[in-house]
Amino acid sequence: MRRARWAVPLFLLLPAFVVIAAVVLLPLAVSFLSSFTAYNMTRPSSLYRWIGWRNYRRLLEDATFWWAFGRTVVFLTVALNLELLLGLGLAMLIAQVTRGQRLLRTVLMFPMMFSPVLVGFQFNFLLNDNVGLLDNTLLQLGLIRQPIAWLVNGATANLSILAGEVWMSTSVFAILLLAGLLALPRDPIEAARVDGCNAWQTFRYITLPFLMPFIYIAMTIRSLDVGRAYDMVRIMTNGGPAGRTELVWTLMATTGFQNAQMGSANAMAYLSIILSIAFTFYFARKLSAARVALGEAA
Amino acid sequence: MKRTRLQSALVGIGVTLVMVVILLPGLWIMLTAFRPNVEVMARPPVWIPTLTLENFAAMLGLRPDVGLGQPVGHYIRNSLIVSLTSTLLALAIGTAGGYAFARHRFRAKGALFIGLMLTRTIPGVALSLPLFILWSRLGLIDTLPGLILVYLALNVPFTIWLTDGFFRQVPVELAQAARIDGATGWQAFWAVEFPLARAGLASAAIFAFLTSWNEYALASQLTRSVASKTLTVGLMDYTSQFTIDWVGMCALALIIIVPAFALTFIVQRHLIAGLTFGGVKG
Repeated sequence: MRRARWAVPLFLLLPAFVVIAAVVLLPLAVSFLSSFTAYNMTRPSSLYRWIGWRNYRRLLEDATFWWAFGRTVVFLTVALNLELLLGLGLAMLIAQVTRGQRLLRTVLMFPMMFSPVLVGFQFNFLLNDNVGLLDNTLLQLGLIRQPIAWLVNGATANLSILAGEVWMSTSVFAILLLAGLLALPRDPIEAARVDGCNAWQTFRYITLPFLMPFIYIAMTIRSLDVGRAYDMVRIMTNGGPAGRTELVWTLMATTGFQNAQMGSANAMAYLSIILSIAFTFYFARKLSAARVALGEAA
Repeated sequence: MKRTRLQSALVGIGVTLVMVVILLPGLWIMLTAFRPNVEVMARPPVWIPTLTLENFAAMLGLRPDVGLGQPVGHYIRNSLIVSLTSTLLALAIGTAGGYAFARHRFRAKGALFIGLMLTRTIPGVALSLPLFILWSRLGLIDTLPGLILVYLALNVPFTIWLTDGFFRQVPVELAQAARIDGATGWQAFWAVEFPLARAGLASAAIFAFLTSWNEYALASQLTRSVASKTLTVGLMDYTSQFTIDWVGMCALALIIIVPAFALTFIVQRHLIAGLTFGGVKG
């Protein structure tokens, strides 16, 4: 009986597992094994030179790696929180609009259809100190005397990348939270108002708890593809100037493909995968907890 | 609740500002695609645009004075083949998987589902390193099948997630009624449940297409020549170490955006419904 119950779903899921095994699990195994070797792409035989934990030990002692890793964690934390706050604000703003709301929702989808590499190019172009719209406008308005090279200075380059990321991904939050706001039951809000709650109290104790599952869905969906920031950074700065915008993803691509040090790059890849999975796992757990809480309340 | 005039005005101003921030960068790229290079490079800047098709002519190699052009026809062909094939396959495989999750109970179901989703978490760059090692040994580097296979694996988990949500919205009693009337499991699925979930499946398909169409990190490492380079990778042809052909890049960017644009408009409502439903009503 148990075997029969397994048979159909197993048959249905088998193709999916085969594909995932071939393109994700097998490469992950290769990546894991090669991270313990001295593999250098210019010397194919080095793939079989086992060096144990040396790649990892060297990374953990490498300041460049720690800067990139730390910058990635800070970048993700700041970007995700900023996107959540702006997305929530945007959703609440659009929920206030009575006419043309559907048009606004369509416009919100605009950044979502941009390839991340295009977002990078777009900000590269807007912020360029020779032909960029921003500098040209500021110069014409007389607000600056000299063009500002946004992407050449470390601090402004990091801010520019953050701006690109926020532009690209705030919509995801806004759209999902707006869906949540529109599904919000009216009765509890009316009741709260009758009982004399002010706007902040209504938001804090009724709207926000109801929105929590939507917030976690948005966070989970977003955390699935944090790595796509690589495309954007690759075209904007590629980690420069002088490594000041290096994220763990750009660093591993440079190490692996340009410097051919595949063993070391794969060790970095593993650390970055653990980071991504930790982010997703955290939000997925929160999501199922919020779902349970909502189910109990209803 | 009554809203004052001031509040309405503030909402209006806020919405307008946000829309400008969202729309302006992309529209500026699209406008620049139709502007002559001299005008874009001019300093002080020229604010009144002249419109021309010369950037597209140069891209096709019709302007020998500017350059040889780019093999953009190959890029479009590669992008289309890779995106369409991987989408169709992902839809077939993903629908089967999503149906299994929506309709069947089996052991370790929740863990399997999360496991599938977690494979999607792996950053493209991180996956590109071992895939490069493997694909170069298997002769799949710089081939369309090699890239299609990768995008298929990228799209299957998300398609499963979406279709699982859509099949849950179809009442299970419908298929049961068909079974009682003598239909086989396959007939009940194909004649009753599949048509009802079709709108959802269409949006899953468009989402998969966009993921493949817009992908860069993997394609940039696994493709080498016009045999398999896609549009997003082709964008880099316009950059060299010291110069960037801004107008050329804008023209190519326009070609990448337009199909994505059209498809997103078709899918928008279903996609939001699918994402929230699949997520909340677990």
